[in-house]
Amino acid sequence: MRGRFGIYGGQYVPETLMSPLAELEAAWTAARSDPGYAAELERHRRTFIGRPTPLYFAERLSAEHGNRIHLKREDLCHTGAHKVNNALGQALLAIRMGKRRIIAETGAGQHGVATATLCARFGLDCTVYMGREDMRRQAVNVQRMRLLGAEVVEVTAGTMTLKDATSEAIRDWVTNVRTTHYIIGSAVGPHPYPEMVRDLQRVIGDEARAQYLAAEGRLPEVVVACVGGGSNAIGIFTAFVGDEDVRLVGVEAGGSGVAGGKHAASLVAGRPGVLHGALSYLLQDADGQVLPTHSVSAGLDYPGVGPEHSFLRDAERAEYVAVEDGQAVAALRLCTRLEGILPALEPAHALHHAGTLPGRVLVCLSGRGDKDLDNLAAD
Amino acid sequence: MLRIEKGALGLIPYLMAGHPDRDRSRAAARSLAALPIAALELGIPFSDPLADGPVIQRAGQQALDGGMTVADCLELAADVAGRAPVIFMSYINPILAYGPERFAADAEAAGVAGVIVPDLPPEESGSVSAAFKAHRLASIFLVAPTSSEERIKLICAASSGFVYCVTLTGITGARAELPPDVGELLGRVRARTRLPIAAGFGISRPEHLGTLRGAADAAVVGSAVVHELAEGRDPARLVRELLAACR
Ligand SMILES: Cc1ncc(COP(=O)(O)O)c(C=O)c1O
Repeated sequence: MRGRFGIYGGQYVPETLMSPLAELEAAWTAARSDPGYAAELERHRRTFIGRPTPLYFAERLSAEHGNRIHLKREDLCHTGAHKVNNALGQALLAIRMGKRRIIAETGAGQHGVATATLCARFGLDCTVYMGREDMRRQAVNVQRMRLLGAEVVEVTAGTMTLKDATSEAIRDWVTNVRTTHYIIGSAVGPHPYPEMVRDLQRVIGDEARAQYLAAEGRLPEVVVACVGGGSNAIGIFTAFVGDEDVRLVGVEAGGSGVAGGKHAASLVAGRPGVLHGALSYLLQDADGQVLPTHSVSAGLDYPGVGPEHSFLRDAERAEYVAVEDGQAVAALRLCTRLEGILPALEPAHALHHAGTLPGRVLVCLSGRGDKDLDNLAAD
Repeated sequence: MLRIEKGALGLIPYLMAGHPDRDRSRAAARSLAALPIAALELGIPFSDPLADGPVIQRAGQQALDGGMTVADCLELAADVAGRAPVIFMSYINPILAYGPERFAADAEAAGVAGVIVPDLPPEESGSVSAAFKAHRLASIFLVAPTSSEERIKLICAASSGFVYCVTLTGITGARAELPPDVGELLGRVRARTRLPIAAGFGISRPEHLGTLRGAADAAVVGSAVVHELAEGRDPARLVRELLAACR
């Protein structure tokens, strides 16, 4: 079915957004088959983002864990995370659509910074919604966004994190949809967003697969990525989905333990429901109310997940596990000490899990950890 | 059945079930149901109401903090449905969690006349609408100012009971003035359906009703009514004033 991954996905949105979503889908379909758009995307990827990002053999981490770990270095993207791959593609699309006002939501602030950066680069108006709690724990990124000329709007509803920032961005879009493009930050939301974000992020896996083959002469046994909304994971998974022997593992935020209820592991512990326009696994109570989440990493602190991951989970093509706060922090410290690479707390969840696996493991190192220094000092 | 007649302007006040607390919510619903309203719209609280502004968001949060459940909403509906027609307004997820078939059966048993689901466009409504239909509940879909002609046709064809016309591009919340093109939108919908048309979003003042008379068959007043309750006032006073302006 159009706009669905199995039963998941869809367009569960207020009527006000239905025609604009159809316009967006048409614009995206036209852009992706336009060689002009592809050439522009390619040029900015190379000269502005710094792609292709390296594939790196983590020699000392591998020795420590007794396996063979490669890192796909998305932390080396301009602005410090994979989020910019999506923001670039959507900013170019907004310009094609004649929309000069951009809105975005952000949790860790990486998507907000990426969006604000492209708006500065292309001269677009930028408003970023961010929960009060995330503004506190990712203060450096708030400062960066403001320096880039973006307006950062503090969201005080609900748990004051990514979920509430996303709701507020959608309300802004409902109100200003005629002039505004909403650059959603993960592979979530109503169709066509999950597909579009995947197509813009799949460059991660396309590059990594070719690089891995060139370096190792064969494919990895396992590909591991952290899952918040699921954009870096779907970005690296997509190139490998057809390689049946390659295991795909998504790592969710286990918070202080899934059993205790303070976590953000939607695929591990949720059940299907509708949030932010799509049917997907969701952390909710018996009455369908969305539950508060907890994670040390703001970027994974989200009760929903992209619908394609729900499909991959049910189809048993990908596995999903939860890694706890303390394990992620320890993995961050270990990687920094052994490799001289400071990862963000989000991919640190994937690093922890990678350390428990035997064999040839490819990890998506989705971003760098400078933004997390304040939190580390505090713990 | 709904008391919406073409030609007259009926009034549909909205209350959030369980706001500000269970007792006051029930008292408010009963006092409004005693007035000559076209129907009472009861909101089922949801944690993430994407189409709602601050007043209804806060009311929903307060209801949830008070422990209001879907079952409690059904019980409240049953209490007032004998006095005035009741319409539910619920986001889709609480209905999915309750089970669409069970929800429809229980709503029918409570005497509910119809359901508005603001995040369920006709394209996604298949099994839910079928359950509503099987239990004689009207499926009330929304038209927005951004809806194409094609979509207006689709929405009118999918609707029963009445068609809900969102007067403005935005979320719920009282506005000082209605948008200047509201008559044009209502006219476009009128041309596509024989069902009655209700206008909603932003409507809060007696003079707004004057603008709508003739163009719409009913007016939904949400945030303004909820605001009265939130401020500790009996919403019946405002609703009486609005009813007078309907005539
Ligand atoms: C570095 C980094 N990795 C991962 C994520 C999680 O998002 P996603 O699951 O969409 O990749 C974020 C989100 O903020 C992030 O900043």
